[in-house]
Amino acid sequence: MTDAAQFPGAARDVLTFRLGGEVLAVAATQLREVLEPAPVTRVPGAPAFSAGLINVRGAVVPLADLRVPLRMRHTPPGPDARILVLDLPLAGQQAIVGIHADAVHEVTRIGPADLEDIPTVGTRWPPRFVAAIGRWGGHFVTLPDLPAIFADFLSGQSGRSHLPGPTAAGQQDLEIS
Amino acid sequence: MMDAETLAVFRAEAEGLVESLESNLLALKDAPRDRALIDGAFRDLHTLKGTGAMFGRADIASFLHDFETAFDRVRDGSVEVTPDLLSVALAARDHVVALLSAEPAEGADRAGAAILSRLAALMGTPAAPGAAPDAGPWHATFRLPADTAALGGRPELVLEELRRLGARTIRARTGDVPPLDRLDPVCLYLGWEAEIDATATEDDIRGAFLFHEDGLQLSLTPPAAPDATAPPPRGPEPPQHRAPALMRVPAERLDEMMDRVGELVIAEARLNELAARFGDPGLVAVAEDIQRLATAMRDNTMSIRMTPIGAITGRFRRLVHDLSRELGKPLALEVTGEETELDKTVIERLADPLMHLIRNAADHGLEPPAARAAAGKPEEGRITLSARYSGAEVLVALSDDGGGLDRDRIRARAVERGLLAEDADPPDDALWKLIFEPGFSTAPAVTELSGRGVGMDVVRRTIEDLRGTIDVASAPGGGTTVTLRLPLTLAIIDGLLIDVAGERLVIPLAAVDEIVELPDSLADDDSGNAFLDIRSSLVPFLRLRRLLDSEGQPGAHQKVVVVTSGEGRVGLVVDRIIGSNQTVIKQLSPLHSGIKTFSGATILGDGAVALILDVPQLVARGRSDTDCQGEAAA
Repeated sequence: MTDAAQFPGAARDVLTFRLGGEVLAVAATQLREVLEPAPVTRVPGAPAFSAGLINVRGAVVPLADLRVPLRMRHTPPGPDARILVLDLPLAGQQAIVGIHADAVHEVTRIGPADLEDIPTVGTRWPPRFVAAIGRWGGHFVTLPDLPAIFADFLSGQSGRSHLPGPTAAGQQDLEIS
Repeated sequence: MMDAETLAVFRAEAEGLVESLESNLLALKDAPRDRALIDGAFRDLHTLKGTGAMFGRADIASFLHDFETAFDRVRDGSVEVTPDLLSVALAARDHVVALLSAEPAEGADRAGAAILSRLAALMGTPAAPGAAPDAGPWHATFRLPADTAALGGRPELVLEELRRLGARTIRARTGDVPPLDRLDPVCLYLGWEAEIDATATEDDIRGAFLFHEDGLQLSLTPPAAPDATAPPPRGPEPPQHRAPALMRVPAERLDEMMDRVGELVIAEARLNELAARFGDPGLVAVAEDIQRLATAMRDNTMSIRMTPIGAITGRFRRLVHDLSRELGKPLALEVTGEETELDKTVIERLADPLMHLIRNAADHGLEPPAARAAAGKPEEGRITLSARYSGAEVLVALSDDGGGLDRDRIRARAVERGLLAEDADPPDDALWKLIFEPGFSTAPAVTELSGRGVGMDVVRRTIEDLRGTIDVASAPGGGTTVTLRLPLTLAIIDGLLIDVAGERLVIPLAAVDEIVELPDSLADDDSGNAFLDIRSSLVPFLRLRRLLDSEGQPGAHQKVVVVTSGEGRVGLVVDRIIGSNQTVIKQLSPLHSGIKTFSGATILGDGAVALILDVPQLVARGRSDTDCQGEAAA
């Protein structure tokens, strides 16, 4: 997706946050709320990208870790860690998902003038996962293409149907003990 | 035009009536002289006509009027119910459905006229006289000058003239009549609205007002656009013949209600935890009251959502009736267990797969009449749809008494498609499952009905989405039975809360057979024994710690929860039993729905999320692992 497609000319309100040592942003229109860290239920057999579930006001919501697709280093959560609850299209339907953030900065407006072309070399991230790169304060801020990231994950998931077998997790498949 | 809400009410009413009409007509097939059925069908027609007219759907009312007129000859006994008559009547019913749809297809008028003339021919009456029977009427709304009577005018003569021109209904509009103390006896406060047959011309109608043109307010809508400008006429409600205690409720409201009850149950669990922590007797008593109420609310709401499977079997009767004619095979459908209830979401999604299975049975399963006669079977092919409860599941079986699945052909086709190795010789039930593979068809000819190999994989996908399973049994010459196992509900269940390595999980309580201690001899993960000896029956078991990839070592006193699904039993080794709870099932998002070990998640009293174990999947797993071990040992 090009930046023009997602940000056609007009300025957009975004929420900037820190994750894995980088500054990222999500469109304010996608954001439902920001939560304090909540107890996470592990989903055995789920891949690292979506390893857990949280309770968001009575709804069971998957918690995703953008550090996995964006190949960022994993640091233990600090006192500023938050969960961003987002509205995103998943498999053709609007769904609620949570994503990790190491810290949340602020809601700011990014105009077309602040947007940069996505460099084709020199980024660590798969270009198809980046919707736009902008400037915020003295930093570069990356707007990940969340629908593309989740769609990519789901299409990779379609072949999976069981808990990790010998191939998926390098473990013995289940057997009667 | 009708506003959206009115339209929805009208559709809901009309659909209910059409459904009832159809089931009456289909039942008449077997009991052509049943007075109650004939009267029922007639009543449905009549009420439907009234509903159509009431909501301003003159096209429907007019079509049904002629349908009803023809059917009246059946009611008065001068015409017998014949299969041909029923076919035309069903076609007429379909036409009404087409008229009800948002945008009736082009040429609907002609189709309607053709049905009516076939109907009339069967009834021995000439087709309805006059203009095209389904052209809508004129709508006239008019008001005569207030001083009409004072000047010696006689409004009733206008009405009489309109009647002569073919006014079907004339209604007075009394909205402007003042209270009695302010009423001037010589002043005319009334207005009228009338529906006049399309045979009248505009000049005729305007002619009726010849003497009142000064001060006349007349709005006239031509038949072509019956409800373009005039408001839908409203009149006294036609007599309704309906069971008085029934209510039609939009399905979404039930869904919303279920969500609220789900939240209530979760809040109630939190309250209980708090009450137990504080130990205040008053608080505990209130918490218990709330718990009792919440449980009752849950059960009530669930029972409202439970729908008998009979709600969808009517259309299958129709389907079999139509298939029989199309295929030239005499067919009979027998339905048992129609009162078996399933959650409405399950029922709704079950219709399509059953439709596919019935088509398949009629087209491929059942032999042509000649072949059946040669095999010593009755010519009429029999399809049986049965439903019954089995624990926390409902079994829906579709059987035919046809030739059975062709083992060699399925095997050959599977090898050809690369699903089986050349030399593989799988057991029957494994082989039968291959018919649900996408694109798998052994039919030599693709017919209009089936043979493209698309239906069966849709069946499997839908049933899997519903967390159900499919079994196939077949005997050469003896027919085929496809059994669908479905969970009773997708909403709230009683759950058994367990602990595995500090993580809490829920097992559906209805699937739990018993709970036993894990013998010390088996406590060690490496002990080779695959079975538990429970009252001298051998039950395979799965260690949930291993299944869930848990960390750490189990403590002493592990428990085994023995669960059943279908014929299979499997023991699940857990660390600790926490207790039972009401479990509001939340579906997993697409991110996790591929993980088959869990059927959903729920929210516990302390707000944490717990996963719900999918018992049928685990039992299948225990079985297949046992089979593998058995084969390895052999």
